[in-house]
Amino acid sequence: MNPAPESQEAAPAAPREIPKGAPVLEIRELRKSLGGKEVLKGVNLTVRQGEALVVIGGSGCGKSVLLKHILGLFKPDSGSIHIEGEDITQMHERDLFGIRQRFGMLFQGAALFDSMTVADNVSFALDEHSKKSPAEKLEIVRKKLAIVGLPGVENKYPAELSGGMKKRVALARAIAADPHFLLYDEPTTGLDPIMSDVINELIVKLKTSLRVTSIIVTHDMASARKVADRMAMLDEGVIIYHDTPENTFASDNDIVRRFVEGKASMEQMKEIWGESAGKAQESENTRRRRRPPPPAQ
Amino acid sequence: MTGALPGVAAITSILRTAGGVFTLLMETVRAALGKWPRRRVLVEQFYLIGFRSTPVVLTTGLFTGMVLAVQSFNQFRRVNIVSMVGAVVSVSMVKELGPVLTGLMLAGRVGASITAEIGTMSVTEQVDALRALATSPIRWLVLPRVAAAVLLTPILTLMADVVGIAGGTLICVGFLKVEWHFHYINMLDWLKVWDVGVGCAKSSVFGLLIALTAAYKGLNTEPGAAGVGKAATEAVVTSCILILTSDFFLTVMFAAMKPDWIR
Ligand SMILES: Nc1ncnc2c1ncn2[C@@H]1O[C@H](COP(=O)(O)OP(=O)(O)OP(=O)(O)O)[C@@H](O)[C@H]1O
Ligand SMILES: [Mg+2]
Repeated sequence: MNPAPESQEAAPAAPREIPKGAPVLEIRELRKSLGGKEVLKGVNLTVRQGEALVVIGGSGCGKSVLLKHILGLFKPDSGSIHIEGEDITQMHERDLFGIRQRFGMLFQGAALFDSMTVADNVSFALDEHSKKSPAEKLEIVRKKLAIVGLPGVENKYPAELSGGMKKRVALARAIAADPHFLLYDEPTTGLDPIMSDVINELIVKLKTSLRVTSIIVTHDMASARKVADRMAMLDEGVIIYHDTPENTFASDNDIVRRFVEGKASMEQMKEIWGESAGKAQESENTRRRRRPPPPAQ
Repeated sequence: MTGALPGVAAITSILRTAGGVFTLLMETVRAALGKWPRRRVLVEQFYLIGFRSTPVVLTTGLFTGMVLAVQSFNQFRRVNIVSMVGAVVSVSMVKELGPVLTGLMLAGRVGASITAEIGTMSVTEQVDALRALATSPIRWLVLPRVAAAVLLTPILTLMADVVGIAGGTLICVGFLKVEWHFHYINMLDWLKVWDVGVGCAKSSVFGLLIALTAAYKGLNTEPGAAGVGKAATEAVVTSCILILTSDFFLTVMFAAMKPDWIR
């Protein structure tokens, strides 16, 4: 006499046994050289079921490369990546397809298939891996496009869309098959502030209602503040810091603080202003002080 | 070192490509044994590779047949056997010129476009996106193109043979006043079903080599627009060389295989 099962079956995502908080993704000592340069130098990172981990780090430090390793798109030189207990670095490409079906990935450059319409792009995973009818698929495509704020673009080709629109179509494609894991590579880059906030809300909603485990690479601190359960910073090929967003934004670690506040270092200032860097900073301040006061009324 | 020995570098690169193409062949065969992509994807490639190549192949065939007739006529006139020109044209077209020239034209037209398309997809991360969506690029991109090239190159070759022979006949009978009856008898006498079959088999292999080399170069394109251009050029050059060298070996092989009961 247990009334529970019915409501459980109605849940949209496949039932999952792993309790929230258990590690589902464990990266150990991951190393990778690309083009003769060691990009990842022993990355260690654990992601727990249902959490949103925000990865920050300087441009070119290897965040996108790290995400691609998680999907097995790159083979590491050494180290391991365990996904729900399986080490994917030891797997053959053929066996990775099963793992990848649990993932959705938003590529930094959208990576839409430009020979296909938006609708075909979004329904790609459904076409390939589900037995849904065309009508059902069309319904899902419409719904996902509406969620990302792009109703009615189904029959356009990617070349006809703006950069921000492509990014959102790519997001719709990533979430179309209701994956368990979502990897977002700079989801809000190139979007206006309102659309950015819509995407942030979407990330939070997917996390809370579908219990999606997400990794978000971003340079957008407002977005990080909103979606992160935990933040990690990648620098010089290793994770140098990870903590809750509150602690991260209040961190006294110099690299982290400068990054989240968006401040150039003294050396970088000198590169630009020469030895007069200090003076330049001063002149900036004086200019600010001299700015005419706003007109009354 | 490569400056001092450009030959060594070239040979290493050719061997590496050959190894890569062979591996790709194995993976394509494996993909062909599994689930094929949607029909629409296949139809599109059959259209692009087959139908769209027809004009170029027909033009090549027609002019090859005609120039062959003119050249042979000039030689054969001296020994008074102009009625043999038709036979020479048809045998040359069916055995060598049809398959090889069609192959070379397709290497330029189809090979370059396959490499450019797959190469662009790989530098814009679309190939990674395919893999991320749990779909094999071999199955989705390579298999349809290889299938279309293997099945359609022989058909295009036969079309080139036919218009070549027709062109040769037009020149001989229409302009050079060779007697139709002897022209026709000699042609039928020399044209063998076996040779037509061998021509088709060879062109199938050429189609395979073109599509595989092009796909391999596309999948291994270096980043950037320059990378795509370079890959396309290499694909065309490599597949032309592969066509010419494999033609020799295939010809020898089929000659050794020819059963006695075929006259
Ligand atoms: N396919 C590749 N071949 C060679 N080098 C690569 C390749 N992909 C990335 N790299 C190099 O790896 C480094 C990290 O690149 P990555 O794209 O991961 O940076 P990122 O942290 O995502 O930067 P951004 O914030 O600008 O997106 C860079 O130095 C880049 O040049
Ligand atoms: Mg990146």
